[in-house]
Amino acid sequence: MGANEICSFAGFYKTPPVPFAPISCPAAEPDAESIEEMVEMEPVDRSAPLIRAWRRIWSELKSAPVTRWIWVAVLMTWVTTRFIDPPWMAVYPEDWVLPFKDLLNRLMDWLINDLSFGVFTFKEMTRSVAWLLEWPMTWALGIFATGVDIATGGGQMLHIPHLPWIAVVGVAAILGHAGKGWNLALLAGSAFLYLAVFGQWESAMMTLAAILISVAIGALVGLAIGIVTAGSRRIEAWVLPLLDLMQTVPVFAYLIPILFLFGFGPVSAMIATIIYATPPMVRCTMLGLRATPPEIIESGQMIGCTRRQLLWKVKIPAAMSELMVGLNQVIMLSLNMVIIASMIGAGGLGYDVLAALRRLKIGAGLESGIAIVVMAIALDRLSQAFACKAPVNLRDATFLKRHAHSLLAVAVILGGYALGMIFPVLMNYPETWEVTTGPFWDGMIKFININCYDQLEWIRSGLLLTLLMPFKRFLIGLPWLGVIMALGLVAYRLKGFKLAGLVVALAGFIAVTGFWEKAMITVYLCGIGVMLSTVIGLIIGVWAAKSNSMSRVINIILDTLQTLPSFVYLMPVVMLFRVGDVSALIAIVAYAVVPAIRYTVHGILNVPATVREAAVVSGCTPYQTFWKVELPLALPDIMLGINQTVMLALSMVVITALVGTRDLGQEVYIALTRADNGLGLTAGLGVAFIATITDRLIQAWTESRRSHLGAA
Amino acid sequence: MKRKECKIKRRCTHFWLWMLLAAMIFSPASALCGSVESNDPIKITLHDWSGQLITSHLMGDILESMGYRIKYVTADYIAQFAGLESGDLHLAMEIWETTGKQAMLKSLATGKTEDLGETGLFAKEEWWYPAYMKEQCPDLPDWKALNKYVKVFAAPETAPKGRYLCAPVTWGGFDEERVKALGLDYEVVHAGTDAALFAELTSAYQRKAPILLWVYTPHWVPIKYKGEWIQFPKYTDECYEDPTWGGNPEMTHDCGKPEGWIKKVAWAGLKDKWPGAYKAIKAFHIENKEMGEMIARIDLDGEKLEDVVADYLKTHEAVWKEWIK
Repeated sequence: MGANEICSFAGFYKTPPVPFAPISCPAAEPDAESIEEMVEMEPVDRSAPLIRAWRRIWSELKSAPVTRWIWVAVLMTWVTTRFIDPPWMAVYPEDWVLPFKDLLNRLMDWLINDLSFGVFTFKEMTRSVAWLLEWPMTWALGIFATGVDIATGGGQMLHIPHLPWIAVVGVAAILGHAGKGWNLALLAGSAFLYLAVFGQWESAMMTLAAILISVAIGALVGLAIGIVTAGSRRIEAWVLPLLDLMQTVPVFAYLIPILFLFGFGPVSAMIATIIYATPPMVRCTMLGLRATPPEIIESGQMIGCTRRQLLWKVKIPAAMSELMVGLNQVIMLSLNMVIIASMIGAGGLGYDVLAALRRLKIGAGLESGIAIVVMAIALDRLSQAFACKAPVNLRDATFLKRHAHSLLAVAVILGGYALGMIFPVLMNYPETWEVTTGPFWDGMIKFININCYDQLEWIRSGLLLTLLMPFKRFLIGLPWLGVIMALGLVAYRLKGFKLAGLVVALAGFIAVTGFWEKAMITVYLCGIGVMLSTVIGLIIGVWAAKSNSMSRVINIILDTLQTLPSFVYLMPVVMLFRVGDVSALIAIVAYAVVPAIRYTVHGILNVPATVREAAVVSGCTPYQTFWKVELPLALPDIMLGINQTVMLALSMVVITALVGTRDLGQEVYIALTRADNGLGLTAGLGVAFIATITDRLIQAWTESRRSHLGAA
Repeated sequence: MKRKECKIKRRCTHFWLWMLLAAMIFSPASALCGSVESNDPIKITLHDWSGQLITSHLMGDILESMGYRIKYVTADYIAQFAGLESGDLHLAMEIWETTGKQAMLKSLATGKTEDLGETGLFAKEEWWYPAYMKEQCPDLPDWKALNKYVKVFAAPETAPKGRYLCAPVTWGGFDEERVKALGLDYEVVHAGTDAALFAELTSAYQRKAPILLWVYTPHWVPIKYKGEWIQFPKYTDECYEDPTWGGNPEMTHDCGKPEGWIKKVAWAGLKDKWPGAYKAIKAFHIENKEMGEMIARIDLDGEKLEDVVADYLKTHEAVWKEWIK
């Protein structure tokens, strides 16, 4: 979180958010005038007048700004609906739906049942992977949560109890001190103490164990893929789209295949977590390795390093800070998966949240949810501290000094065990000391429900009747062919044929697989969600950028929103806003507003002071400075924020299916409960493609905008 | 010099690898002893409703008392059949006729799973309204009166139709068909989850607001909230298959929902691997009333699952000792 968006927390765009493009004009697109000149210089056109007219329009259009293109596209779609009759243009005919899902289903069946490498089958291979992964998992669980049983022969079992809570709190504090001094030590220690005091210890340790193992494996796998990818452009061309898919296909979509291949239980949950959380590590590794200054590499070569030495002793140490950023991202994304993982067999905090909410113990659910947040914040701050830590040269220090922290940690663990044997309260936190605020929250929701429901109901029906339903009807009414063509045109204008081809192909896939209407409902919900998030994000972002104390408060809220499982606030929202699109919308906005705010702050703070001063000197009022200088300059950053907002909104699609929306997320969810691989993957790809289309278009637009600003 | 250093380093890495291997060998080992047929754990699936957790833990505790090792695995209700067929999972304690019948029959047809009989519990699910609605709608629970109260149950977005809050789409239930076949002026709104469904009921109940929704039992909701089931024409198999049956001669589904058993389903290999357990599972039997009391203690009074289960086993020792004879 915070400043760590270098590799982006969803890791989506490939370039770090540079506030400004270099001033030199990029050679990407010739500007309007030069095209007009070219047109004028053309020799006399002898073709038919109609073609000539068309060429004229074309050249006009080519130079027109994007907004005009969008208008043309809208006009075209409207014309197709109005005047072109064949109904297949408006609604994709069902007979034309390609049996893509059945194909996928057959493919999965073949993978699971038939594929064999001679000595062993594919399924045996995946099962042995699962078996291998189970070892570290059982160990970690044993150490943190359940204790370890060791067979000593003769039917005797030696039971080593799990780490005493006091030792874990102590080690967290020591880690904090090692990372950034006393402040962080206090934060990390009290975060873990919170878990004990609020009665979340056992579940929290189960979650921690699972997270640590999946982070370790995810980071190693990511590092390996990143190293391979950084070395070859050809591999990169394969890996990058795959990473995009891993981050945009909803996890629910690939849960079923994972369950089939890796069996039921915590290991499958871990594999799903790894798939979801690894991409940022790959991206950051690539970024880090590619950014190694050539001088360092050259000096390494001069010393006579072998290739392996060059990689491990030169490039990787040089890229350490990027790697740590990647690690931080892996941790945060893994924590996002806690709830989903608990649905397929990982216990811990996620399971507590789900179980509490099924009983509608909202307070209890919130407490478990907050425990996830607290753990996330502690792990985030710790890993950030190590990411930013400047290396200290301790070569000449004494052994004791060099290893002060690790020695102290070992002492605390041993001491914890020893004390725990004498005073059992230090081993297992006693239940009587636990505090709960659950009933307070339940009471509060009840109070709001009884006293403010009429007002809320008024807001709800207002939103539904004036905004949501008309927009939904409008989008569903749009003809699919027209929309695809319009998207293609805009893409063409922004970046040429290659992008247009991609966009048309992806949108075409959605139509061809028969998910058009569901996709439109997805676009409708996420679209409104993104609009609201953007507006809120702009207002709060600007406010936070101008006021220091405000920004501190907002940062805490944003951290919470980002890591609190949306399930926790989804149920109270349903109580107050009923089942339906408004509840879904609120959930989307609560999650997707975070990057909108963060990037706005970032963009406005990055407006160079010189430019601002120049504006003031030339007599701008504060109002003018903001609207005419700061905002336009911050726009590229804000757009990147909106891009992230779109991604997060789309990632919520599956969650909102839990309150009863009828979109692609619902299809994915249905597929999950029916164990239908093909349906889930196809609908999941649909979501991913919507994300990809939006991402590419916004990126292209931002790029052109940046070069425009740079040139201006 | 450098070479040598590297070599030492490498040996160090090897040392750690060996340590790791050793650690693996001496790791949490499988238990031994006991007089049972196999020491492999019997994997029982857990879902996310308390009733199922209770039956599973009752069975698990009983099997453990016989010396079997038990492992609980959280799995999806429908997706678990894949695991039961492959032998990844061994026992599912609650398959409801109302929601899981098709999936179960499909799975049984493969021959890789086995039906271990009914649990004795009785599932019912139907349209339901809270008792306080009786004042406004005196003619309920007769379904024919539903159209009379459309206005009461309407919401702005469904108006002029009434709003009926239905279970998640994945649970089936044929309510769209029912509304059409019986000519009800209601719009079927699906909740995404059981939690969302009852969140709305809780909210409405707190305000004594009109609500018409899907409720099922055994569940804590009909225990905590007083209310009544709508009485539709009674379900028969023909009603769902034969359009001519019932009040609407052109359409199927012109009746209420089926009520039915809750069954235990196991991996087909369980019988040979753990014959003793197999017998005990087959014998397992519990009544709705006992179950309802336990659910209420857990979900409403906030008691711990383990305590409630242990309590039941203590007070009903004579009953379950019969099963394991």
